Amino acid sequence: MTIAVKPTQTGEPLFYLADEHPHPEGYSTSLGFWIYLMSDCLIFAILFATFGVLGGNYAAGPAPKDLFDLSLVAVNTSMLLLSSITYGFAMLTMQQNRIGQTQMWLAITGLFGAAFIGIELTEFAHMIHEGATPQRSAFLSAFFTLVGTHGLHVTCGLIWLVTLMVQVWKFGLIEANRRRLMCLSMFWHFLDVVWIGVFTFVYLLGVLR
Amino acid sequence: MSPDLIKLIFGRLSIESLPLHEPIVVGTFVVVALGGITLLGGLTYFRVWGYLWREWFTTVDHKRIGIMYMILGIVMLLRGFADALMMRGQQMLAFNGSEGYLNAHHYDQVFTAHGVIMIFFVAMPLVTGLMNYVVPLQIGARDVSFPFLNNFSFWMTVGGAVLVMASLFIGEFARTGWLAYPPLSNIGYSPDVGVDYYIWALQVAGVGTTLSGINLICTIVKLRAPGMTMMRMPVFTWTSLCTNVLIVASFPVLTVVLALLSLDRYVGTNFFTNDFGGSPMMYVNLIWIWGHPEVYILVLPAFGIFSEVTSTFSGKRLFGYTSMVYATVVITILSYLVWLHHFFTMGSGASVNSFFGITTMIISIPTGAKMFNWLFTMYRGRIRFELPMMWTIAFMLTFVIGGMTGVLLAVPPADFVLHNSLFLIAHFHNVIIGGVVFGAFAGITYWFPKAFGFKLDPFWGKMSFWFWVTGFYLAFMPLYVLGLMGVTRRLRVFDDPSLQIWFVIAAIGAGLVFLGILSMLMQFAVSFLKREQLKDVTGDPWDARTLEWATSSPPPAYNFAFTPVVHDNDAWWDMKKRGYQRPLTGFKPIHMPSNTGTGIILAGFATAMGFGLIWYIWWLAAASFIAMLAVGIGHTFNYHRDFNIPADEVVRTEDARTQLLAGAKS
Repeated sequence: MTIAVKPTQTGEPLFYLADEHPHPEGYSTSLGFWIYLMSDCLIFAILFATFGVLGGNYAAGPAPKDLFDLSLVAVNTSMLLLSSITYGFAMLTMQQNRIGQTQMWLAITGLFGAAFIGIELTEFAHMIHEGATPQRSAFLSAFFTLVGTHGLHVTCGLIWLVTLMVQVWKFGLIEANRRRLMCLSMFWHFLDVVWIGVFTFVYLLGVLR
Repeated sequence: MSPDLIKLIFGRLSIESLPLHEPIVVGTFVVVALGGITLLGGLTYFRVWGYLWREWFTTVDHKRIGIMYMILGIVMLLRGFADALMMRGQQMLAFNGSEGYLNAHHYDQVFTAHGVIMIFFVAMPLVTGLMNYVVPLQIGARDVSFPFLNNFSFWMTVGGAVLVMASLFIGEFARTGWLAYPPLSNIGYSPDVGVDYYIWALQVAGVGTTLSGINLICTIVKLRAPGMTMMRMPVFTWTSLCTNVLIVASFPVLTVVLALLSLDRYVGTNFFTNDFGGSPMMYVNLIWIWGHPEVYILVLPAFGIFSEVTSTFSGKRLFGYTSMVYATVVITILSYLVWLHHFFTMGSGASVNSFFGITTMIISIPTGAKMFNWLFTMYRGRIRFELPMMWTIAFMLTFVIGGMTGVLLAVPPADFVLHNSLFLIAHFHNVIIGGVVFGAFAGITYWFPKAFGFKLDPFWGKMSFWFWVTGFYLAFMPLYVLGLMGVTRRLRVFDDPSLQIWFVIAAIGAGLVFLGILSMLMQFAVSFLKREQLKDVTGDPWDARTLEWATSSPPPAYNFAFTPVVHDNDAWWDMKKRGYQRPLTGFKPIHMPSNTGTGIILAGFATAMGFGLIWYIWWLAAASFIAMLAVGIGHTFNYHRDFNIPADEVVRTEDARTQLLAGAKS
């Protein structure tokens, strides 16, 4: 960001800084990561729009009512929401510089995330077993792609989480690692927000349809 | 070997995939191969591989990356233009029962490749290259926000270009037109590798483009020199900011729509199929939600270049700076509200078509405001008709014609007649060549002395200019006429002999443009040979106004020995007027990012993964993907990515410049 510039004592205009202009490492990272998240958000927006357009095209195949098990989805949703809370705890302990507790909360977050992916895969396997495959109708194509893209993001988040845990373990809570944990935190909460959209528009409204 | 094993290793790649039965392609291959072997042999003979790797391929310097983007754009221009000449030749000949010299299979690939290459691998690299080179200098920064990402983005763009080029000799390219509409592009009607080349080339290059957009937004928002408020940014920086916002807010749409098309093709989903509830028109909507902002992504930086050039060569402050900025922002927003005008004939009904017709017409208002700003800047200015200014004037005349035919096409009833006709082809070449290409050429001639330390030779530049401009008019004005007579685009043979004369004129125009391109290459060669005569020692050869001219030509790796402080819109002009003295002492070490080979390695794996997916070589795709993950994660374990340029090295560099400047004065 720009800093205010005062004229020099003699009234001569100042045309350059005698000292190095301070741009510490990672100066642009949080802005850059936000912009990246917004571009990712656009990916989900298009997938939601696609689902909105094609979501009613069952092609005489199964409809949401026949497929969705809301109680399973509720368990799944709670896994992801809890993982967001535990990630929050990890960030709090990181602020207090407590490596052990940070790592523990990160691990718990990872377990919740893995449980979420596991339940989602079980649900997919069940649907495919019943003949509700992505090829069956435009509705199912859009459903699997939207939910699957979210799942893929969570999987990437898990790989990232493990990588960061290794880095924290090897190098400690140094500035660079704190910044990285902060980025993953934004990513993780972002996926949570997207899931709330999926839960509402795909599952709840789908069953009402 | 058993057929199963061969299939496992090579996927659907076989000897038959090589187009040995197409003499034109074989001929091209021989020429390209000979040229390539000569080039590689020469590089090996002169032992420059190490130098290229250390100083260029792995560089994170925005200036060198910018130059590499420009080289990529110019090389791909030759390929894209060869396609254009082939089309013009075919359409000129295919009358009176003649089939021309291109069969349908080949001709369809040629027009698809022409469009894809010209937009993604010529216009985009030229525009991105100029932004990369100029923006950090204009805002007084040392580099972009994420220098490593910049290198990676560049190599991803190269990866996409490599895939498109590979399709010429291994297999074939799409035969669908440059936007690959389904159902034609779906697996049922395009079962071969052509569309897959298209998809993966654009996906690989698209990652690079999106990341470079994020990078430049951060650079402009966070790294401006002290005193440079938003409303003191040079107009080129402003248009770059808006362009990169457009990139970040539109390329993800392209990514998704191509991903959905590939799911349809690879997995058998039903997004864009005709049955099981799919909707091909959704593809058309989605791809134009990306596609329309894309044309503004290309033209906004060109507008910025013209603004810098006009004010420099008129010796005046830009007229209406504030309105210029607002016009740019308004165009940025409106570009999202017009996409449906590309397919009024879809049948959305009168209300929807009216909405999009009106929003389209509204865009001409801010664009017209810009045109008047440039005119008023020139008014009572002391205009120097150097080459960049000549390109600018050619742009103003040409672009206004293109803009007016655009407003005509924005009227839905008129569009129903002209949709997909050669009138449309003439219109968008009119704005893209007249706007983006002329803009890129103005930018290249304007900033060339900054990048290389010597000006471009004006004689060959003027030859190129006149060939291009007359060639453009001869090539495209006949297409307006043909379009009004109802000739549709992408035709290979014609029945009506009375049309032939117009195609002959268009082919002559294309020939003149070819001479223009040759003159430009000649210009580079001649200028290099005469570089001592054309040398720029001042760093400010045009008596220009913005910060990039405050440093030497070419600038040192660190751009500015001291971060400049800005007090006015035209910061460098202000400094010159108020008797700025270049500091000669007090240099300090400068903190800079270090080079890394990770970008090119990652992009190499991404390209290999694309190739594997195109040919169903699943092991290659999987292995490249895992390698990409491993290299990417490995890179994050490197925490030491920067170094200090020692103060005495800065002193040496700056002293050398002091001597140069003293030599220039005496």
